Amino acid sequence: MANATHLSDHDASAALAERIREANAEGTPLRIVGGDTRFFYGREVEGSELSTREHCGISFYDPVELVVSVRSGTPLGELEAALAEHGQMLPFEPPRYGAASTVGGMVATGLSGPRRPWAGSVRDFVLGARVINHEGNEQRFGGEVMKNVAGYDLSRLMVGAQGTLGLITEVSFKVLPKPGATHSLHLELSLDEARQRLAEWGREPLPISAAAWLDGALHLRLEGGPSSVAATRARIGGDDLDNDFWAALRDQRLPFFRAGPLDETKSPLWRLSLPHRTPALELPNADERLMIHDWAGAQRWLRADLDAEALRHACQAVGGHATCYGPRPAEVEPFTPLPEVLMKYHRNLKAQLDPKGLFNPGRLYAAF
Amino acid sequence: MNILYDERLDGPAPKLDRATIRDSLTQAIPDMTLLSREEDMRPFECDGLSVYRTLPMLVALPDTLDQVQRLLVECHRLGVPVVTRGAGTGLSAGALPLEHGVLLVMSRFARILEIDPEARIARVEPGVRNLAISEAASPYGLYYAPDPSSQIACSIGGNVAENAGGVHCLKYGLTVHNVIKVEILTIEGERMTLGSDALDAPGFDLLALFNGSEGMLGVVTEITVKLLPKPEVAKVLMASFDDVEKAGNAVGAIIEAGIIPGGLEMMDKLAIIAAEDFIGAGYPVDAEAILLCELDGVEADVDDDCETVRAVLEKAGATGIQQARDDAERAKFWAGRKNAFPAVGRMSPDYYCMDGTIPRRELARVLKGISDLSERYGLRVANVFHAGDGNMHPLILFDANREGELAVAEALGGEILELCVRVGGTITGEHGVGREKINQMCAQFRPDELATFRAAKAAFDPNDLLNPGKNIPTPARCSEFRTIKSASADTAPGTLQG
Repeated sequence: MANATHLSDHDASAALAERIREANAEGTPLRIVGGDTRFFYGREVEGSELSTREHCGISFYDPVELVVSVRSGTPLGELEAALAEHGQMLPFEPPRYGAASTVGGMVATGLSGPRRPWAGSVRDFVLGARVINHEGNEQRFGGEVMKNVAGYDLSRLMVGAQGTLGLITEVSFKVLPKPGATHSLHLELSLDEARQRLAEWGREPLPISAAAWLDGALHLRLEGGPSSVAATRARIGGDDLDNDFWAALRDQRLPFFRAGPLDETKSPLWRLSLPHRTPALELPNADERLMIHDWAGAQRWLRADLDAEALRHACQAVGGHATCYGPRPAEVEPFTPLPEVLMKYHRNLKAQLDPKGLFNPGRLYAAF
Repeated sequence: MNILYDERLDGPAPKLDRATIRDSLTQAIPDMTLLSREEDMRPFECDGLSVYRTLPMLVALPDTLDQVQRLLVECHRLGVPVVTRGAGTGLSAGALPLEHGVLLVMSRFARILEIDPEARIARVEPGVRNLAISEAASPYGLYYAPDPSSQIACSIGGNVAENAGGVHCLKYGLTVHNVIKVEILTIEGERMTLGSDALDAPGFDLLALFNGSEGMLGVVTEITVKLLPKPEVAKVLMASFDDVEKAGNAVGAIIEAGIIPGGLEMMDKLAIIAAEDFIGAGYPVDAEAILLCELDGVEADVDDDCETVRAVLEKAGATGIQQARDDAERAKFWAGRKNAFPAVGRMSPDYYCMDGTIPRRELARVLKGISDLSERYGLRVANVFHAGDGNMHPLILFDANREGELAVAEALGGEILELCVRVGGTITGEHGVGREKINQMCAQFRPDELATFRAAKAAFDPNDLLNPGKNIPTPARCSEFRTIKSASADTAPGTLQG
């Protein structure tokens, strides 16, 4: 096991549990906050602030087991640095919206970076979680082993639930070795040509780990063994691209994003999540060539004043959905509304796990 | 503690009259096959864990989704429990019928609805066999990665219910990582879609919650899985060891070298001898343990990795290393492993397969613990092991015809699982809890954690009609379990030590 001592290493779970017990007794809603860097992702929460920042540190890390367990208030950068010391990484490449981004926020929002279509998402690498429930009991689901099917998978359920089902205090992840070789390429291709090439490559076992089309070019990352990366690079051609491009894309630091999520002078930023190989959506007032087509086209970014309902309808018609990151007109919901039957079971689940509505009420949907 | 449904421990079972329910269902769904005669229902009385048998009240064999929906609506109205099953290859009595319940058999839903090579997905009905998906995708150079050993027979619906695994899991994940969308019918007969054809969906990740939920939250009626391009090449190395601990350490050393094998399996001496005797896989029968390490991907990388792994194995003290010369020999090496269960079965009238996962660093301690327990209980145990991900399959050899030997095997199995929990592992890695490990859930989880599981269940099935009694034990069962455990610890000090 690697040395788990850390600059910031503090177990505040007892104090957090006490706060939740008090809130439960008083019936006071809580607004859970880590680094508060993802404030724009979801609806506003009215509640007394509950900060996880004091609850930090890596409680367990064994590089040979490929497992790390980390408290939710730990800055994401600290976790990534600790893994990098052992040549390992979080394969889902979580976006960071600032140095204050925490592990808890990363899990609660469930957002993944450019490697997502090839490596998997945040939830795919969650092995277990500790969660404080509405009664102030810290509970453990899943664990620190690769395979575990005892009981329901409540730890993965917490991913993307935005803290509405309980307070995440610790998460165990499967980690992976960093690839032996990485090389990025810039290929001047039209959007159609890029789509065509990606479709051909997608059916071959090529070492591609990121593909984004923007500004008239396909940006491609090759990762794997040195031999296959070199051979693929020679076959595909194109110009070299700085590997840092992917961090800038992941963290929304490219000029396209620069307005900031709440810059009121700009149009809303939309994230479209679409099935692989969805052709152009032909949206009125939106030019696909001005969009970023990340995840080989399965995640598209768009800045435009669009009719939210029409956009969502177009996405749903092809099996996808659209999320509004902001600046968001008051009447626009951040997340695509759920079908009625699904909403019923969301409400039931929330009522069962958080009967008094203590945790981040209204963060995802007004109904719970 | 008996694992069969016990009203005193598992809650009152509904008192329903078979003829009345049969008449109601026949009237509501006249076009559905409904079995009610004992001789017709007998083939459905158990799943792959055949030592536990219960004849269901009725067996429903629907052909259409509309029939399934009407069946659920009717059972919900009448308050009749429903146990859903597919191929019945499960090994944890997860599909064990209930005396007062309807057994819903989904095996007629066996169509592959769509293979989309462009999107690299397959859309299938729940009764489709796991291997049939890869066979259908093969002409496009694609395959479905999770490969339970029963893949020739097990159904994908059952794989979702149990979150099934297999040899490929360390690198390619479990069922939950490879299913992107499921269609569900709730106990009230409502249809809903979880997940999507895109890479995420709005709302809670109910897709993750339903994977491995053992048919207790809804009935899966359609599944969309991810297909992967077949690796360009796969090569396998077999290493022999004169010591089990050295083999275990070699596993860690391979991972430490930055290599994630496509498959990394370990077998101990008893399993090696059984497999060699049965299959003639070319295994070294004098070895204490063997490791099978498969590397897959682009040929140039695989060749580099084979060299690295060979060096690691040599350094770890392997007494012999063999690389399969061609695909035929590779298949032979794997045939021994894939047939290890039936091979061990030939050594004994019966065997009982355990399924615990442990942190790999605890391997030596756990194997020693199993060996001590084996001696104490007087039953042989063969170990087959997904070494890469710490998922162990100790196989307990016994003879059910000898008075009381099943009970001894059960007790030994329970102690092995509790040992897995004590070293930081779990009582089930891929086979599920079902009825088999219902008591050991009380060892792994605290009462308030179990209450949270029950709360999650209540959100979807408040009347507890879907597969009741499986997976999550009642407070009464755990209370009795704890009483028995503390009594045995008092009378036999040391028996619970790892």
